[in-house]
Amino acid sequence: MAVNKEGAQLIPGVSRLSRSQRYAKRGLFLMKNKVAVPRKASDRKAAARDEKPTDVNVDLVKALTHKKSSLYPADTLRKPKVNHKSNRPAALKETISPGSVLILLAGRFRGKRVVFLKQLESGLLLVTGPYRVNGVPMRRVNQAYVIATSAKVDVSDVTIPENINDSYFSREQEPKLKGTEEEFFGENAVKKAVPSHKAADQKTIDNQIIPKIRSQNMLASYLRSSFSLSKGQAPHLMKF
Amino acid sequence: MTQPVRLYCKGRFLGYQRAQRAQTQSSSLIQIEGVNDKKDTSFYLGKRIAYVYRGKREINGTRYRVIWGRISRPHGNSGVVRARFRNNLPPHAMGASVRIMLYPSRI
Repeated sequence: MAVNKEGAQLIPGVSRLSRSQRYAKRGLFLMKNKVAVPRKASDRKAAARDEKPTDVNVDLVKALTHKKSSLYPADTLRKPKVNHKSNRPAALKETISPGSVLILLAGRFRGKRVVFLKQLESGLLLVTGPYRVNGVPMRRVNQAYVIATSAKVDVSDVTIPENINDSYFSREQEPKLKGTEEEFFGENAVKKAVPSHKAADQKTIDNQIIPKIRSQNMLASYLRSSFSLSKGQAPHLMKF
Repeated sequence: MTQPVRLYCKGRFLGYQRAQRAQTQSSSLIQIEGVNDKKDTSFYLGKRIAYVYRGKREINGTRYRVIWGRISRPHGNSGVVRARFRNNLPPHAMGASVRIMLYPSRI
């Protein structure tokens, strides 16, 4: 739409064309509001005929006598926009490395101190209490919601099972409620138990880490205690 | 509502950013406890801030309501900061305490 072209506007701000006139002129209604569909075989043949032979040496006559078809589709299909963006996981904060003790700042386990295991593909941090020490199971946390401390556990020879990735933590789809009264009021509702395979995974991780924690003096009790601010304390003065 | 662990700093809503006759209600001035210098505010910039108050009527099973905001920048040299809230704080909140959360954390 040529807004600034001479004659496009009667006076600045007033278009020469009315809304409906501009609509007719732009011809966008000719476009079909759908994305490109796979071409039919016959279309492809026609396209091949129209194509200019690239290798001139092979077929000079064809190249010289090439004529573009005067018939072309009127209904231009909209091409779907190509998205060049990709989700890259956040870089790990410099203060965090595998084995770092982190303080959780939000959520169900806020204030708890946990051990960082590794960064998952999504950029979230895989942490564990360990569960047997302070009751925090393996879970994912965003690094914006943790404080990194200078305390560290040696996790260099801890092997994390391959199956523990982002999808491991995704929620299982719940069966749809059938809409009966009993279900609505949560009668006969069964409390979900931790799946046994997850409990087993937790145990294998815990069994590897706990000896490392025990080897350091006071570390187990440090992990067991939770972090809290009390009167007169200001976090900007603290050394974590 | 006191949580067993306090993971926020206390602050006080002093008023709005203002001149002699005009005030900018979209920018609130907050004094954070223990922060008395401009250079100390850098830790708190960007932190989420919550004004928690009690309403008369229960909404979603609670009378507590929150107005969330973020600390935007220091204000002056004495450690006061400016904050922007999703809804401007009401004038009767002046002098009330607000919670400065420790997230998003940069440490």
